[in-house]
Amino acid sequence: MICQFFILSSKGDHLIYKDFRGENSSDVVRVFYEKVTALPGDQPPVVMNHKDVYFVHVKQGGLFWVVTTNSASSPFTIIDFINKLCSLVKDYCGTLSERSVQLNFALIYELLDEVVDYGYIQTTSCDVLKNFIQTEAVSSRSFSLFDLSNVALFGAETQQSKVAPSSAATRPIHQREQGKSEIFVDVVERLTVVIGANGMLMKVDVEGEIRVKCYTPRCSEMRIGLNEEFSIGRSQLRGYGAGVRVDECSFHQNVKLDEFESNRILKLCPSQGEQTVMQYQLREELPCAAPFRLFPTVERDASGRLLMYLKLRCDLPPKIAAINVEASVHVPKGSVSLSQELSSPDQSAELKPQSRVVVWSIPKVNGGTQLSALFKVDVPGLCSSSLLEVAPVGLSFEVPKWTCSGLQVRFLRLSPVQPSPGERWVRYITHSDSYTIRI
Amino acid sequence: MPYLSGEDTVKELRRALSNPNVQSDPLRYRNTITKVIRAMSQGVDVSALFPEMVKACATVDIVQKKLVYVFLCSYASLNPDLSLLVINTLRKDCQDANPMVRSLALRNMTNLRLPGLVEYVEQPLSSGLRDRAACVRRVAVLGWAKLHNLQPETETDAAVVNELYSLLRDPDPIVMVNCLRALEEVLKEEGGVAINKAIAHHLLNRLKECDVWAQSDILRILERYCPQTEGELFDILSLLDSCLICVAPPVMAATLRLFLCLCSSLPAVCHSALERACGPLLTACGSSSREMRFSALAHIQLLLQSEPSLLGAHYKRFFCGYAEPAFIKQRKMQVLVELVNDENVSMLLDELKGYCTDVNPETAQAAISAIGRIARSYSDKCLEILTGLLGLKQEHITSAVVQTLRDLVWACPQCSDIVCTTIEGCEQIIQDAQGRQALLWLLGAHGERVPSAPYALEGFIDGVRFEGSLCVKMELLSAALRLFLCRPAEMQDMLGRLLHYCIEEESDMCVRDHALLYYRLLHCGIEETRRFVQMRRSDPGLGVLIGRPQQSINSWAQSFNTMQPLCGATTTPDTSTRGSPEHTNFYPKTNLSKELRTCQVDSTPTDGSGPCSGSLSGAVTLSLSPALSPNAFQDLWLQLQSLQTDKDAQDVKEEDFFCLETLIQCSLIPVDSPYSLQAALQLVNIQTMAFTPTSAIPWKFYMYTHTQPECSTKTAHGTLILAELLYSNEAPDVDEAPDVDEVSQDKTFAAKGMEFEKSRVKVTVRQKPRDEPALMGFLSILSTVLNTVALQCENSQQGKTLLS
Repeated sequence: MICQFFILSSKGDHLIYKDFRGENSSDVVRVFYEKVTALPGDQPPVVMNHKDVYFVHVKQGGLFWVVTTNSASSPFTIIDFINKLCSLVKDYCGTLSERSVQLNFALIYELLDEVVDYGYIQTTSCDVLKNFIQTEAVSSRSFSLFDLSNVALFGAETQQSKVAPSSAATRPIHQREQGKSEIFVDVVERLTVVIGANGMLMKVDVEGEIRVKCYTPRCSEMRIGLNEEFSIGRSQLRGYGAGVRVDECSFHQNVKLDEFESNRILKLCPSQGEQTVMQYQLREELPCAAPFRLFPTVERDASGRLLMYLKLRCDLPPKIAAINVEASVHVPKGSVSLSQELSSPDQSAELKPQSRVVVWSIPKVNGGTQLSALFKVDVPGLCSSSLLEVAPVGLSFEVPKWTCSGLQVRFLRLSPVQPSPGERWVRYITHSDSYTIRI
Repeated sequence: MPYLSGEDTVKELRRALSNPNVQSDPLRYRNTITKVIRAMSQGVDVSALFPEMVKACATVDIVQKKLVYVFLCSYASLNPDLSLLVINTLRKDCQDANPMVRSLALRNMTNLRLPGLVEYVEQPLSSGLRDRAACVRRVAVLGWAKLHNLQPETETDAAVVNELYSLLRDPDPIVMVNCLRALEEVLKEEGGVAINKAIAHHLLNRLKECDVWAQSDILRILERYCPQTEGELFDILSLLDSCLICVAPPVMAATLRLFLCLCSSLPAVCHSALERACGPLLTACGSSSREMRFSALAHIQLLLQSEPSLLGAHYKRFFCGYAEPAFIKQRKMQVLVELVNDENVSMLLDELKGYCTDVNPETAQAAISAIGRIARSYSDKCLEILTGLLGLKQEHITSAVVQTLRDLVWACPQCSDIVCTTIEGCEQIIQDAQGRQALLWLLGAHGERVPSAPYALEGFIDGVRFEGSLCVKMELLSAALRLFLCRPAEMQDMLGRLLHYCIEEESDMCVRDHALLYYRLLHCGIEETRRFVQMRRSDPGLGVLIGRPQQSINSWAQSFNTMQPLCGATTTPDTSTRGSPEHTNFYPKTNLSKELRTCQVDSTPTDGSGPCSGSLSGAVTLSLSPALSPNAFQDLWLQLQSLQTDKDAQDVKEEDFFCLETLIQCSLIPVDSPYSLQAALQLVNIQTMAFTPTSAIPWKFYMYTHTQPECSTKTAHGTLILAELLYSNEAPDVDEAPDVDEVSQDKTFAAKGMEFEKSRVKVTVRQKPRDEPALMGFLSILSTVLNTVALQCENSQQGKTLLS
């Protein structure tokens, strides 16, 4: 049961406040913000309570999305609901930011009114909601670096790598005047890897999902064909080529699987907005080489400075490139200044004394290449035991057009046949959720 | 607009709203109203605009209507009279041809929350229940719940309740589930909606039509249904099986909870349900939403209380991600500690070692204390890591390591040798109070094995004048006294200076009193002081009980899928790291040794080596076999009882049996958790026979065990011991132990500013044949177990009260 719902900006401005049950006073907003600001660090616990009021919050788009509830409510339901609401708002307003919420507050109130009645969640399905929501979204022009890099990266003219127009996927779903019918199918994988000091893969986790984002008003059925060699579990192998194997796989309840066993085809009736059609996991081993390897050398030079020589090798296929690569290396406490030698001018490095890291950012790394960097860190009172503090290197990156598991969408068919065939996009991206390399 | 003050804004808006030019232009009118709502949500008080907004309500523009309703619902309670004007418009809208307008009007009519308007609302609500459009019925059904809560004292019309029941058969699934929700509220006094077999099966059959939210609500309500036959139960379970592995975490969690509720008496079924739900739970742990991850982790911790082996193979899933927030990392480490076993221990420690140097000091401390927990079973490897961490000479790491070492030494005295060699020199680095307190405790308790201990203490004593922390001063006093007892030559001068300062100059009464106490104690003679101070040793047998006993599923099933697991434990991540271990463990121990003496009333006193209680509990070996049937237990119990009453009359041979009634002191009687007591007793080979239901008073607990023949004792045969624990609230009628004065005295001496509320359990023991040393051993073990369990209960209760 949801007693109240409110959205706060990170500075504590009230953006949206709705009281569904009229049981608690509106004072709770202040109480919540005081609790958040009173805590050290920027990571307040998900659930906090004040007397009988339980606050559950999710931080998305730099905003606090807060629900107050009672102790007997299911945390899974509440958290899932807030996430769902965030994605609804994102669907309706285009993007999720303080500005878009401010511009569209009337729309959000309307949404809340339809989604929740008296604290009970009525529906969150876009198909149902579209009949009730009347307010037009005001879209704020947002600038997304990700879209830009997408364009810059594969500007090639081949049919396969044709690029979705930038910001196409961040427009509100109900803009009647520019009702261009488009469908995006995104294969997104999140990579969690721990590589030991000896270069062994200690832990591998790939969480993947296929998301469908649909702006097509009249689409009755959609067929997504996956690789034919796709297999689930360890025992089952299909085909002769390099199989695509995942350990676990689950589907959205609306997906019809009658052709999945035979032809690996998912059938569904996409509803407006975004939905996750399939989730899959891959554990323990990667079907390909790990995207990055790091060869570090850490020592103390004669003048008592800390020397770190890092060699980063990208083991992606040659035509693929990773973008927005950031390597953060922990340095000993009390590090003062940094001087660096980097292998190309577009890279940069920065020492953040607050969090004790040296961040090495590289805008783009092509597959099969190798980069190196030499960092000299001034640490007053450096001793040999301080070298132990040069702890794991964390890497964050995005690899567009590539999936770790090798999962691919063979085809995407809509029925009835859409008049303009060019409006279907299949995109692949692999993120690093947590990529740690031990030293 | 934000630059205008609230009043100016309101004035400006009122002018715009009442401007006929604006009113005649729908777009401008709507924009003005939007501005009002924006001001409202920014916290400006715009209630003064109520009359203008009421006028704006009469419009054909639905968007404008919705906006006005948002305003009216927020301010209606401030303007009950003016709200009457809105009712007319709303009632008219309820007749509108457009179902959307009808539902909108009906919803907002009930959202006004004005008790005075109820009479106008009832009629449209009744007709709303029979509306053609499902969206109107959805609103109308919940409207009755809102109406009921507006006037909680009046009973809702039986006809309405009946109608709501019949609407459970509505073709629209949302109407159906709203009916359940409404009935639940309307019939709150009667215990909520009545679920009979027909309704339960109807709901189950329609579960597939509902969305995630409706499903989880239905599953929650179904918990109240008791299937009549086992066959029906299993039908329901197999019907719900697909929900158990559902992708949506809310449904999975609600189903699992339902399973645990329905099968509370079938542990095997619960176990397989947990096994099956593991997969989806683990998937939720890797969800992209970190809040969802956190929720799943908290619930996995619950699961591990009963089934630690379930996730052992998946330990890698709980390795922390690089950029994960601290609260998730800490939970993951708590889970990892539970999952440790022979195969994964080295991998796991390697991983934990990596977290010890985390940038976030809390994460680092959590990692270090996690290693300390693992050290209780794998001490060598862990001590190696902890020693290595001291080498980093980082302030917060050293402090956390020393605190961990202190806890470890208390739990596993065998580690103390290594610890004593590693803590030298730490006093230079540690800055925070808790760390110094821990270091002082270690120096005091094991100072005889730390060569530099007096020098370390000297530093502290010299700086006592500038010491800010009360706890550190208290600990310093105790440590100095203890070290004086084993190394008098080096310590005498220092202790004198310290006592002098504390008595003469210290402003805090607590410290001063404590110093005075020690001063007078020392006047009583060195032997007396030694007897009093050096009794504080941990029991090597304690190690057995450190591993948390497996709890039954029922003990946590009620808090599964509620907010409780998510709030708990974050405030008390590891209860054992609070204060010195003796603050929590000391009391039970003294009581134990006292108790041992009170037990020895009619037996010859033992060799007087009282201080170390461990030696006594170690002298007896208990075993469970041969097992005793409940009937046999009862017969034997009664037989021995009658023999005892006859004993005074006829001189029955005393060698055959022995009866004893005594009291065990314990800070808290584990009345609420008989299962954890049972599990703990099982660990020390005492079989529980029966106990009264949870929280019943008088509370009784029956158990038995066999003592093994021991070569060291003279008796060559084993004995059977039956025992009853009785706890009732009234004062015990059994004679107090003879040395009661000593007990209370000890208590006041020992009190370090904290006083425990004591309770006593009456223990009736029947032994056959008589073997007093064995019986004493049994009593000491029993008392240890009781106190350990009590401590756990207390900690968990403290955790709860801290929250609320």
